[in-house]
Amino acid sequence: MPPADSPKSAFATTGRSRKGEPWVWLTAAGLAFGVAMALGLFSLILLKGMASFWPQRIDLMEVSKDGVLQKIAGYVVQETERSDATGVLHEEIQVFRGNKDVNGEAFKYIDRKQIKSTSRPENLLLVERIEYGPAIVTATALQTAAGRLEPSDPQFQRTLAEMLDRGAAGRAELLKIERKQIGAISRELEALGRAEKSAQVAPDIGVNRRTDLQSSFDDLQKKAAAIRLDLTKSSFLGIAADGREMIFPAEKLLHVFPSNEAGLFARIGETFHRIWKFLKDDPREANTEGGVFPAIFGTVVMTLVMSLVVTPFGVIAAIYLREYAKQGLMVRIVRICVNNLAGVPSIVFGVFGLAFFVYFVGGGLDQWLFSDKLPTPTYGTPGILWASLTLALLTLPVVIVATEEALSAVPRGVREAALACGASKWQTIQRVVLPASLPGILTGVILAMARGAGEVAPLMLVGVVKLAPSLPLDDIAPFIHPERKFMHLGFHIYDLGFQSPDAEAAKPIVYATALLLIVVVVTLNLTAIIIRNRLKKRFAVSSF
Amino acid sequence: MSAASHSVLAHARHDFIKVDQFSFYYGEKQAIFDICMDIPEKQITALIGPSGCGKSTLLRNLNRMNDLIDDVHHQGDILIGGTSLYDPSVEVISLRKRVGMVFQKYNPFAKSIYENVVFSLRVAGRSGKKELDETVERALTSAALWDEVKDRLHESAFGLSGGQQQRLCIARAIANQPEILLMDEPCAALDPLATLRIEELILDLKKQFTIVIVTHNMMQATRCSDHTAFLYLGKLIEYGETLQIFERPKQTQTEAYISGRFS
Repeated sequence: MPPADSPKSAFATTGRSRKGEPWVWLTAAGLAFGVAMALGLFSLILLKGMASFWPQRIDLMEVSKDGVLQKIAGYVVQETERSDATGVLHEEIQVFRGNKDVNGEAFKYIDRKQIKSTSRPENLLLVERIEYGPAIVTATALQTAAGRLEPSDPQFQRTLAEMLDRGAAGRAELLKIERKQIGAISRELEALGRAEKSAQVAPDIGVNRRTDLQSSFDDLQKKAAAIRLDLTKSSFLGIAADGREMIFPAEKLLHVFPSNEAGLFARIGETFHRIWKFLKDDPREANTEGGVFPAIFGTVVMTLVMSLVVTPFGVIAAIYLREYAKQGLMVRIVRICVNNLAGVPSIVFGVFGLAFFVYFVGGGLDQWLFSDKLPTPTYGTPGILWASLTLALLTLPVVIVATEEALSAVPRGVREAALACGASKWQTIQRVVLPASLPGILTGVILAMARGAGEVAPLMLVGVVKLAPSLPLDDIAPFIHPERKFMHLGFHIYDLGFQSPDAEAAKPIVYATALLLIVVVVTLNLTAIIIRNRLKKRFAVSSF
Repeated sequence: MSAASHSVLAHARHDFIKVDQFSFYYGEKQAIFDICMDIPEKQITALIGPSGCGKSTLLRNLNRMNDLIDDVHHQGDILIGGTSLYDPSVEVISLRKRVGMVFQKYNPFAKSIYENVVFSLRVAGRSGKKELDETVERALTSAALWDEVKDRLHESAFGLSGGQQQRLCIARAIANQPEILLMDEPCAALDPLATLRIEELILDLKKQFTIVIVTHNMMQATRCSDHTAFLYLGKLIEYGETLQIFERPKQTQTEAYISGRFS
């Protein structure tokens, strides 16, 4: 019984435990702040990235400036305020009006006060083409081999669609001829030249072969010229808002979209079409137009090769460190070094990769295996293999530390049980300890992948380029080209944001690419997590 | 003390395991002092004593499990069937194949029931399906688990109850037909009902194996064992037939312990 004069029972909240409660709130606030920041970042990128794919309505504005009336067609990109020299505030809008070839600039700032009228004519079209970015025009006619077709003609839409298809087919054919077939011939010529130099081929055979190749090269060029000529016969004619005539030859014409006429579903369809193009196309016009497929491919291949290299190395190193090495001063020093390796700035790894992998290993390989191609380097130049190895080195500490943790978390009892069954130490590790620690090891690999996929700085030294002409995997023997330079989404963002000739045009793609990089990294991680969970189940249940 | 234990030996049928003036050290610290005892074949010998008395250390020396610990050494010798465990020609791995072990905390592997049982065969390089299947049935039957798990042999061992998992560990220990079975407090982590089943099992296994069991439970020692050794502070205080140890202990320390006056 508590004393009668005691106001509190033994279990009443005392001052001390109450004092702790603000700390609970503080930790909760910390978490909430972190979550809010992550969500904010992601939603900004998601919003800006997706907005660049949404087809906007095009306004036709009559602008009077210094007494001159000018017609401008375009869509508003952003609204800004600017104060001029006299301190007067101007409300301005930034308009995308396209037609870079005739206007010089695709974007224009317009003072709101100068806009006399705004309308949305249904017949305005957004025309995508190979060069100069999109154009905004009204259709005037279609010029085909069969003659001229007015927009009022019932056949107009069908003919335009055919023209677009013909253009795409012609471009594909040209690409096949010029890049593949002519490429194959020039590679053979090159090999022939080397063979002649080292006297592996009799001179007369060499000359004959050279003549053959030259004639097939000429044939291909004629074929390409014929296709080009055929494509120039048809073109799409339009008239810009300012009254200038524009001609779009079928070879350069990509896509025509009636932005103002289109209903909701057509615009949604157009959005998906643009996303699809963005994902599967090669970049055009200094990367500000077109897609990012080579960058996606490069990022994924590099990350996968890196994981394939870093996992066995890291796991083997950790097994020795944890299971075999005598735990003493030496092992402690090694462990400290490994942990410090994780703190080294990534650019330092880039420098090391360049000096060791590219110049030393790659240069050595060239001397040894590809001496006939020297002084043109084969492996002695930055490439995807060296980039993957450099990143594998960078992420090695992550895998080692995670594997060590996972190994030490395997209960002693389980090891003893295995040994008591007559297993050797290696059998115990291989059959019992490794399977039990596999989820932990894979967690390390996932962390390493996340770190590696987002790394840009070291790649600039060991293999990433602004525009890689060919992918590291293709249909030209030997199909895998680990020596090739590659594109990377992270570097692509940097390149668009800071190195682009047209920063305004690049802005939406920067956001879209950033979103894509996040999606790629998340996809890679999710795949690894799913594999880990599968393995967890498999090792717990099945007869491995 | 050693004289006392030798006098008991007259009753033993065999000296299948012979502990000969054995001392054991963890670094500088001596854990076992000059123990001599002969353990008879195909009988159950219980090691009892308060915590830290060295009974687990002694047990774990019978299959050289203590070799795993850094910085240990021993004096004296242990012989099984007349051969010294420390003979240079003895391989630890083949020794452990002759001496199975069951631990205090059940520790099945993260594998299926089937794979748990055949583990010792797998590591010995035997993988004939027929042999493995027969071994699983025989070992699980001996461990009184066959009827309960025969329909889910390929499910995870972690799906079993605690008592079942411990019986699975016993099946795993006897799968490769060892001669000796060491049990380190096999029922410490189990409820009374599961304990009872394991005890019945131990009595049954006596027909096939020489069993050495460490236990904290006096009742368990009286129920199961044929011989009992009482260890205290690393020394063998008294060793004899279980009935004699519990009803007419010769040493006052033994009497004090079994009557619960210290522990």
